[in-house]
Amino acid sequence: MADPKALRDKTCVVGIGETAYTRGTTKSPLQLSMEATMMAINDAGIKPSQIDGVVLPNGHNGGATAGDYAANLGIQDLAYTTAFPEMGGAQIVSALEGAVLALATGVCNYVLVPHCSYFYTGARARDLTANPSNALQAAEYIRDYYRPFGAGAPPQHYAWMAQRHMHLYGTTQEQLGAVAVAMRKHAQLHPNAIMRGKPMTMADYMASKWITWPYKLLDCSLETDGAGAFVMTTAERAKDLKHRPVYVSGVASGHPFPPHDIPNRPDILKIGLDFSAPRAYAMAGVKPADIDFAEIYDCFTGQAILQIESAGFCKKGEGGPFCENGNIELGGTLPVNTHGGLLSQAHNTSMNHVIEAVAQLRLGCGERQVKDAELGVVTGWGGHGHGSIAILRN
Amino acid sequence: MNTNVHDDYQLPVLQGTAKEFYDHCKAHDLRFQRCAKCKIFRHPPRPLCNKCYSMETEWAPVKGTGKVYCWTVPMAPIGKAWVSYMPYAAVVVELDEGPRLVTWVTGIPHDQLKVGMPVKVWYDDLTPEVTLAKFKPA
Repeated sequence: MADPKALRDKTCVVGIGETAYTRGTTKSPLQLSMEATMMAINDAGIKPSQIDGVVLPNGHNGGATAGDYAANLGIQDLAYTTAFPEMGGAQIVSALEGAVLALATGVCNYVLVPHCSYFYTGARARDLTANPSNALQAAEYIRDYYRPFGAGAPPQHYAWMAQRHMHLYGTTQEQLGAVAVAMRKHAQLHPNAIMRGKPMTMADYMASKWITWPYKLLDCSLETDGAGAFVMTTAERAKDLKHRPVYVSGVASGHPFPPHDIPNRPDILKIGLDFSAPRAYAMAGVKPADIDFAEIYDCFTGQAILQIESAGFCKKGEGGPFCENGNIELGGTLPVNTHGGLLSQAHNTSMNHVIEAVAQLRLGCGERQVKDAELGVVTGWGGHGHGSIAILRN
Repeated sequence: MNTNVHDDYQLPVLQGTAKEFYDHCKAHDLRFQRCAKCKIFRHPPRPLCNKCYSMETEWAPVKGTGKVYCWTVPMAPIGKAWVSYMPYAAVVVELDEGPRLVTWVTGIPHDQLKVGMPVKVWYDDLTPEVTLAKFKPA
């Protein structure tokens, strides 16, 4: 199987599940993960013990390993497990890629990808980044070379990129705001969105407090608790399951260079997705213009704009104008984050993006359904710009 | 509710190449790691030159002049220690010799910073052990 095109449409997402998203919880990450896992397995219509592959995106889901999933699900013969901690927030879509490879090669038959984000109750990113014992990307660089200058948290590092984008391309505060407003509008249509019932206007955005210029509070994703999971299998097996299969047409992961130091990249706006997106489109045999909707890893508004460009939906530098005038809202040319995204649904590390893309392609999203959706893109962004992308179809 | 927030000023951990970098700062002599063979700068330090694959390194002096590359102005403190400094700009400065570092540009209001603005180094002896290389308009 020398050509990734051979993997096109060979595997499917067949089950999805996610817990309620909250700010604060008394449940452990493992409890939340098992709740979401059982929802996804029941949604697929298989027996828990049929799972024979567990791809645990970060390898240590709040202290739980693949072995904990085997024990809880009664998996007597766990054939395959792996993890993608290198990818940071891009780990969910990279985990999907890992599942595709394992299934297509016949290493296992039913793969579970579970993930819990414990960002409200657990440690905050600003604490994790400066602590190398967490094995997070670039932690020592941040601790020794950034943090002494008061730049210890992701908003600050990513704001550098946003500032550079504004300088080079004239991207405006209002264009960043247009991303936040679109996500919030979509969250009003999702029953499991933290910001449902809390609409927001551009004036609200402009009035929100500064976090780290040019990022305001409403440019930043939420800190929430909650888990999600999906189940994948081969296209052949998927035909007999409960739901209309959602096929993985293309998937790829990529890395900026050097991967772990934003300031010393020759071009700090060249991100992992610039490498992975062309590979994924080639594998899928489709073009960005064919895509009906995109679930973009919106950790911050500027990072969403960068990825909209790198995923090929507009030219480099044109992401700001592209996001204006409702263009990325439902009814626009490219609805983005139809669930509200990390900015307004919940921060579940793009597990929620995969789940929403699958839900859209099952055509069961009610008032937020993208009409006649056939092809959707999901991206992941993590570490300091690692980028993964999946192209899904029904 | 999470309470694991650092209140203290977070100083670099002085070990390995970070100690070497900051020891030079302490001597008010900004230096960067450079490949001893092909003379290409790299920062932060790493063991292997990704051009010629030599592991021989040297600490090469720089003129201490450069240009503003990009910046952010943190206005929500990552710890109490930074509150008294706010607002400050966490600036990426590109040295004339090539490497970029994270630093502060002082002596100018942050809203007057410009990409490409020439800056020069000064040394802030923060503690007896740690000196930070900061910059001001050249």
